[in-house]
Amino acid sequence: MRPYIDKKNKMTKQIYVGLFIIFFIFSLLQVGILDERIFQAFSRVENLLKGMVPPTISEPIDVAGAAVESLQVAVMGTLWGVVFSIVLAMFAAKNVSPHISISYAVKAFAAFVRAVPALIWALLFIVAIGLGPTPGILALAVNSIGMLMKVYAEAIEEIDTGIIDALKATGASQFQVVMQGIIPSIMSIFISWSIFRFDINIRYAAVLGVVGAGGIGWELVRASRVMAYDEVLGITLVIFGMILLAELVTRFLKDRADMATLKAME
Amino acid sequence: MSEVVLETKDLSMEFPDGTQALKNVTLTIKKGELVSIIGPSGAGKSTFMRSLNMLNKPTEGQIVFEGENVLKARGKQLRQIRRRIGMVFQHFNLIKRSPTYQNVLHGRLGYLPSLKGGLGRFSEEDTRQALEILRRVGLEDQAFKRADELSGGQQQRVGIAQAIAQTPSLLLADEPIASLDPSSSENVMTYLKNVCQEDGLTSIVNLHQVDFAKKFAHRIIGIKAGEVVFDGSPKELTEGITNYLYYSK
Repeated sequence: MRPYIDKKNKMTKQIYVGLFIIFFIFSLLQVGILDERIFQAFSRVENLLKGMVPPTISEPIDVAGAAVESLQVAVMGTLWGVVFSIVLAMFAAKNVSPHISISYAVKAFAAFVRAVPALIWALLFIVAIGLGPTPGILALAVNSIGMLMKVYAEAIEEIDTGIIDALKATGASQFQVVMQGIIPSIMSIFISWSIFRFDINIRYAAVLGVVGAGGIGWELVRASRVMAYDEVLGITLVIFGMILLAELVTRFLKDRADMATLKAME
Repeated sequence: MSEVVLETKDLSMEFPDGTQALKNVTLTIKKGELVSIIGPSGAGKSTFMRSLNMLNKPTEGQIVFEGENVLKARGKQLRQIRRRIGMVFQHFNLIKRSPTYQNVLHGRLGYLPSLKGGLGRFSEEDTRQALEILRRVGLEDQAFKRADELSGGQQQRVGIAQAIAQTPSLLLADEPIASLDPSSSENVMTYLKNVCQEDGLTSIVNLHQVDFAKKFAHRIIGIKAGEVVFDGSPKELTEGITNYLYYSK
């Protein structure tokens, strides 16, 4: 039996590898990765690079304002995302949901929301609301809900059912069980995922402006449209600095949260 | 001593998979009694106890607690019944990350409006009471520690404190010492008995250690395969009955 199964597995593997190679070659021909334009691009790249240095920022106040707006979009998007996610997670988690079908419905909603990228949400909200930071905030909030609700709900499903029983046995209402029992129990997971999501949202917020949803991305597009490549590099550096700063802040927050947990565990 | 606190009539429970966990359990518990339910694992002790405050729903029969029909109670009425029944669990079931006194205060949740309790806005009086109860179970020094920093025996005493904070008329304890070492068990049972006697509480304790049951209870009920097979004083519980309870098929 054993050699037969081995042989069969080997055969399957060979088929997969073969299909993969065929697909790869097909793609190469179809897309033309080795486009001859690549070889002619050197002079243009040279021009681009020459145009980029030295990086400048012609209107520092505008760019700074746009950077702050991006941060605001990220903060607000995360905040709304967190608030809605935690509420929805209570309905999504099987052990606290009023009914199992509600749990499935909410989870399906989250999966759908998650499947649509933030940029598409931004485009949709721009159509619905108009340009500016509001569609950006909504897009990030909706996109955050997709992810956070799933992780919060999983955290809730993992808590000990005994805790819920114990609080119910005291005559506590469902709201009290959630607030006094479930939320304290998932606090550390809740904090670390929320911080992680904030980190992601800052990166998104920088890009969302490209489609017109406010923030620094818009400045980047504006500069590239007028072929002011020195400004493009300048703004890119500002974005880089912004994300780096956010990274440092979130890491600091996370360490603080971890420290608090560790301290309490001792 | 004659006032009836709890009465069950023909209480039966069948799990969805067809297992018959309880068969026509008819019992009367009088005020001030310390009752111990013994029996092997899987006999239905926990199921019986959890039925009394509707943590699981019996399929047939009747439970009357202080004149109220428990099985018919819904929503607010059920919560008002539950707050008068304190419950202590085998695995303590405390909120590990919350401080000890907060866990005791959870016993007051049933008396607070939903929003106020949910936000943890306990009154000063309740907090004072909680600290007083912690003193009674010998944990006044641990009041502000996180619950999971306490040892198993201490956590179970917090569990008892939480149940007492409800000012219940009936105290249920579901295998309170099953996951404790012998000396902590001794200690927890002593506190449990003292608290019950000081407050004149009626109490039902599930135990599988017969010797503890004999020492603790006024009355012992033996359950086997979902049926009451013994109901009497500790003296009446002979070795023959214990053997029948635990060993015979």
